[in-house]
Amino acid sequence: MSLSVQQKAPSHRLLTTDHRSIGINYLLLSLVAVTIGTILSIFMRIHIVSPMLKLPIWGVVPPEGYLALVTMHGTLMVFFVLTTAPVNGFASLVLPSQIGAERMAFPLLNAISFWLTTISLAVLLTAFFVPGGAPISGWTNYPPLSAIPAAGPGQATGMDLWLLSIGIFCLASILGAVNQLVTIISKRCPGMTLMRMPLTVWSWLVTAILILFAFSILLAAVVLLLSDRHFATSFFIPPGEVINGFAVDPHANGSPMLWLHLFWFFGHPEVYIAILPAMGLTSSLLANFTRKPVFGYRFMVVTTLLIGFFGLLVWGHHMFVSGMNPYAGTAFALTTMAIAIPSSGKVLGWMAMLWRGRDSRVHPLPTPMLFTLGFLSFFITGGLTGPILAQPVLDAYLHNTYFVVAHFHLIMAMAGVFSLFAAVYYWFPLITGRLMNERLGKWHFWLSLLGAYGTFFPMHFAGLAGMPRHYAQLGGSTSTLTSLMPLQTGISHSAFLLAATQLLFLVNLAWSARRGQPSGDNPWRATTAEWTPVTKGCIARYGPYEYRHSINSADFFQQCAERPEQE
Amino acid sequence: MPATFTRIPADVERKDTGIGGKPPVDRRPTGGGGGDDNWENHPNGRRGPRELLTRYRMGLFCALAGDLMFFIALVSAFFVHQNAGHFDPRDAYISDWHPLVVPPILWINTAILLLSSLTIEIARRHLFHEVDVMEEWLGLGRPAVRRASPWMIGTVILGVLFLIGQWIAWKQLASQGLFFTTTQNSHFFYLVTATHGLHLVLGIAALLFALGALFLLRRVEMRQITVDCTAWYWHTMGIFWIFLFVLLTCFQ
Repeated sequence: MSLSVQQKAPSHRLLTTDHRSIGINYLLLSLVAVTIGTILSIFMRIHIVSPMLKLPIWGVVPPEGYLALVTMHGTLMVFFVLTTAPVNGFASLVLPSQIGAERMAFPLLNAISFWLTTISLAVLLTAFFVPGGAPISGWTNYPPLSAIPAAGPGQATGMDLWLLSIGIFCLASILGAVNQLVTIISKRCPGMTLMRMPLTVWSWLVTAILILFAFSILLAAVVLLLSDRHFATSFFIPPGEVINGFAVDPHANGSPMLWLHLFWFFGHPEVYIAILPAMGLTSSLLANFTRKPVFGYRFMVVTTLLIGFFGLLVWGHHMFVSGMNPYAGTAFALTTMAIAIPSSGKVLGWMAMLWRGRDSRVHPLPTPMLFTLGFLSFFITGGLTGPILAQPVLDAYLHNTYFVVAHFHLIMAMAGVFSLFAAVYYWFPLITGRLMNERLGKWHFWLSLLGAYGTFFPMHFAGLAGMPRHYAQLGGSTSTLTSLMPLQTGISHSAFLLAATQLLFLVNLAWSARRGQPSGDNPWRATTAEWTPVTKGCIARYGPYEYRHSINSADFFQQCAERPEQE
Repeated sequence: MPATFTRIPADVERKDTGIGGKPPVDRRPTGGGGGDDNWENHPNGRRGPRELLTRYRMGLFCALAGDLMFFIALVSAFFVHQNAGHFDPRDAYISDWHPLVVPPILWINTAILLLSSLTIEIARRHLFHEVDVMEEWLGLGRPAVRRASPWMIGTVILGVLFLIGQWIAWKQLASQGLFFTTTQNSHFFYLVTATHGLHLVLGIAALLFALGALFLLRRVEMRQITVDCTAWYWHTMGIFWIFLFVLLTCFQ
């Protein structure tokens, strides 16, 4: 009788307060969102290379339809994939057991926040089906475009639904963050001191604090924008706004900059909300698969905290070209470059782990480790363009080009998603009691890596050549960019490869859930407590990463093992 | 011993071993039979009868920290608008900011809200009064509930009075011709008082819930938790209101 079978979630899992089932539900929700988001992105790529092609379901995409695709793709991916899956999904799945708790601090609250998230997704998707369609102002929804219903198709009901959906999502996230914070602070088992928590738990701790700050601000911004739209206030509507020759509101005296500040005060921490759990997971997995302790545990904790702290101070670097005071731009450039220090510290730490573990590592590298290395690769590639974009002068040129698209897709989207894949492959035995297929996993990894670099790396060159983003049509007889269209065609083909590769993943999920190789108790021979059988009165006797610390002792010590080995 | 009312001092402080701050023993258990491995049983966080209370309070305060950020973001709109003037080509400062004189009834409302904080604090303390709690725990009647509930009812009444007062303030402003949409400043005034009022409506709902809970919940501990959390929420809303009130009166 394997222990992971005991750890398996019960089958009646929809209306439950069991944290594992809720975690799985969150992950399934994210899977739905990521599927839709990917399909939308494929539509976008098709539209860029052949604007007149009739798409299935969609038909010929009009220019504003392209913007709707951009908006919904961004919203789905940022909120419902990169926030929901790493923060709520995996945290619900393993956070309590990693700290030796039997359940979250408030199980019911966990269920409530899951259901709020589901409602929020449903409301968002309804926007496709209302008159006017989905909103077209991008996932950042800058006013006045987002503040005035007449500003475009989709800006009436569609925009309202977007705001409603995000408002609900904010509430759900805040409740989830409260739950996680309290769980981490008060539910740790005896012996699980702060400095013995796995680095994933540290990441979730910092993430929860960031969510509390960031999403509260976004909620306020959403309230203000809704009030602008429906109660004739003008917090964000500037004076003298004219649409189609009609003055919108002669008395308006608002400031779109206020929205930008509020939104990016949320938006930048949001990036770290998405990537910090990935960083924690990377440290854990590198330790696990190189069979060496984490390089500088304390250092990793400190850099996590620093990244969280600086993450709250850099929002202005999204606004260099918005007409913000240039002196403020300089300040934000400085904080932005400062955040590169703890980030590269982490990367160097991971490199050191790889270097130090080159002899002791697991042969051959299992799929989760491959995806972690993929994360590392994308994090470095995407990270190196960060300091470039942090210069206000360079950003002025690059801001509205594909260069930025390349940057954030590599560092946030691809790094985040690869880490999510690593997490799925790694924790799959906790969900099903089975391992995922290695051969399919390796194909999935290498093709995804190829597809992702093929898709996003050339965008740097497109951006440097001046190709603007958010444009529905780049070619055409009058365009000066026609000579660059072959580049876009290549990007589109890579994107199709990337998307098609994900079918391998879906097949692997479905196949392994039923017929995968049974995993046993602790398939990765990991130390952290989620792999230890659930017992009452778990006691943490060891630090989180006790892999082969001396030649004479056992290979590894599980943190919450029943009986500590006596030497 | 049912120590619902006693504080257990967390006396087991781990000494720093001075070897670089590592947990002292985890590599090598002390070995031998004698060591009772005391550090393993070191309670972290607070265990025991107040664990739940502490946890709920912590959750509430985390949520309120988020709420504070929410109000700060709203208030930022106030300052941004106040400073949104610009210089025209003749170097004259153009500003659309019309200072707003808050209706005097707000002073009375503030006093009422402060008073309600006092009443709910009295109710809260009754529920933690040692002798009464002991009696309740032993099943000798419910003196704490009996003493606390009038104060809770009083708080509800004061809360409703405050909301009515806010409504009157809106009416007074409206009679001066200042509606929600009139000026930048009136947007803000209405929006922020409405948001705060909504929080108080939630607070009153929580109070009514706690009042019901006092009579329906069977565990002393749970009764304490509901009243305690409601009380802290109410206090926080009071503090938020003071901030907003000072902002609206003094920072015009």
